[in-house]
Amino acid sequence: MTQTHHAPPAGEPKRWLDDKANVRKIIIALFVVCTALFFADAFYEKHPVHWLEETFGFHALYGFVMCVGLVLGAKVMRVFLMRDEDYYDRDG
Amino acid sequence: MTAMADLFLPLNPGIVLILAGVIAAALPERTGRWFVIAMPVVMLGYLYGVDLGNHAPIAFLDYQLEAFRLDALSRIFGTIFLISAFLCNLFAMGDNVDRAQRAAAQIYGGSAIGAVFAGDMITLFVFFELAAVASVFLIWARGTERAYRAGMRYLVIQIGAGVILLSGVLVHVAATGSVAFNHLGLDAPGGGLILLAFAIKCAFPLLHNWLQDAYPEATVSGTVVLSGFTTKLAIYALARSYAGTDMLIWIGALMTAFPIFYAVIENDLRRVLAYSLNNQLGFMVVGIGIGTELALNGAISHAFAHILYKALLFMSMGAVLFRTGTVNGSDLGGLYKTMPWTTGFCVVGAASISGFPLFSGFVTKSMILTAAAGEGHWFVWLVLLFASAGVFHHSGIKIPYFAFFAHDSGKRPAEAPWPMLAAMALTSALCIGIGVYPEPLYALLPYPVDYVPYSTYHVINQLQLLMFSALAFTVLMVTHIYPPELHSTNLDSDWFYRRAAKAVALSAARLIDRSYAAVTGWLIAAIRWAIGIARRNFDPLGVVGGNSRIGSGVVWISALLLIGLVAAYSGS
Repeated sequence: MTQTHHAPPAGEPKRWLDDKANVRKIIIALFVVCTALFFADAFYEKHPVHWLEETFGFHALYGFVMCVGLVLGAKVMRVFLMRDEDYYDRDG
Repeated sequence: MTAMADLFLPLNPGIVLILAGVIAAALPERTGRWFVIAMPVVMLGYLYGVDLGNHAPIAFLDYQLEAFRLDALSRIFGTIFLISAFLCNLFAMGDNVDRAQRAAAQIYGGSAIGAVFAGDMITLFVFFELAAVASVFLIWARGTERAYRAGMRYLVIQIGAGVILLSGVLVHVAATGSVAFNHLGLDAPGGGLILLAFAIKCAFPLLHNWLQDAYPEATVSGTVVLSGFTTKLAIYALARSYAGTDMLIWIGALMTAFPIFYAVIENDLRRVLAYSLNNQLGFMVVGIGIGTELALNGAISHAFAHILYKALLFMSMGAVLFRTGTVNGSDLGGLYKTMPWTTGFCVVGAASISGFPLFSGFVTKSMILTAAAGEGHWFVWLVLLFASAGVFHHSGIKIPYFAFFAHDSGKRPAEAPWPMLAAMALTSALCIGIGVYPEPLYALLPYPVDYVPYSTYHVINQLQLLMFSALAFTVLMVTHIYPPELHSTNLDSDWFYRRAAKAVALSAARLIDRSYAAVTGWLIAAIRWAIGIARRNFDPLGVVGGNSRIGSGVVWISALLLIGLVAAYSGS
């Protein structure tokens, strides 16, 4: 990681998000919302355009799996495609 | 005089804006700023005062030019271009742009608007190229060596596309005798060439990298201006002339998916946005390829919404660049503390591009997905769904997260200047307005809209897709699997001309150089050898030149005399 974590300058009031416990609350809230959305599939009339859509929680599962795939795929791409920042500025 | 006036009136609003750009260059600083903000508003009023139809027909040689064609398709693009020009000029007021850049922005936007209202291919070509030339000044105005080079590459590619467009037009005109710009399709004479030209301007896969190369190198407000016009003009041109071309469905699908992988690992946040711009164009290209009324309505309305939220995102990153001097994700973080308004507007742009319910992307993009599924393009539909989740992942979350939250970078920049905030506030209002109340936008579309975006299943499905995409991001961040933002360059298709072609050219040059050296070396050796022989024979001790005895000289002279005599007599 190239990022360095800077402490807020002295005298600056602490923000709500500076507290790790609050960040944790957001993550927990996200988990709760996701769980609710997943089980919401049981409570509305579906209009499937494809048989895959009839699968319980299809959009949720698809979104999660594909995004993890996207990031892992991009990480693999880095191995082949990443160069120094000044790659094109150098002669060669 | 009246005849002249009849010939050119009503004037194409693009021409008026181009003239406004020229005038703005001569006006005093303050007046110029307000003048260019007022002009698009005046033109918007003017546009809705003119009747639909073909105006300003001009006979040119044997052809009929239509300098101002106003129909539903050109009007909606003209409308959003004018709105975009207004917002960009307001934003630019905070960026302290100089007169040259201000004039270039007006001529560029005016040319794009002129092209949209062109009823014939010659007028279209002229405006398209004027847009290309004017826009490069927005890149060069950055004033860095990098920007200069990127601008050069951009210009070469844009003008190259223009030459291809002109070739296609000439082939078409030669075969059909008509310059009218209507539906062409691949089978029309010159259709392939014209499509290739639009494909380059629209940044199709492998023809795309001029966009990611050049846009992030432009000035703070220049990138905002650039993001609105060129590629969407290409979308307009494709919708006009290649609707229903099957090939575009697959190309568009590839376009939605391919750039998002790059967006995940790119560090320059304006370049991330350039990749997601490319991804959003893909949705529109798919809609044009499907070509049904629903799909075309989807593509056109998505272009409308896209210009706004993409401008908003580029504005927010522009404001960050303006205040901190960088837009590298690795150097930013925690800016929400001192730039709360910019953060909020950025989040509105992020929610809009991601297609959250109540934001603009939701009511436009979904038409394209519904059309894709309705026409039985299952695989394409799945790709679009993936790209929708992916765009939230990299544009919706990554951009605001790394710029404004994430690690505290220790930077405490001031909030953006008021004109930038005003421009972002108005753009945000439009993004939310379209999302909450899409009917006015739907009413502008070329085909009647029989589509209801807000149905229970659609809202829930979209929220599931997006929130689980957010969940994936969170899980990957918490587990440190998510790739960190790093100072880097990621190789893309521009590698082929910036490195491979350069390497080939250099080795070819070296080969020519070495061959030349070798050949001249051999020639010199041959000449030396000849000189050696001559010297051996003609020097004072040589066979010919030696004069050790007088007799040998006499023998040589007698021999020459004999040869002379034989030659003289045999000739007669």
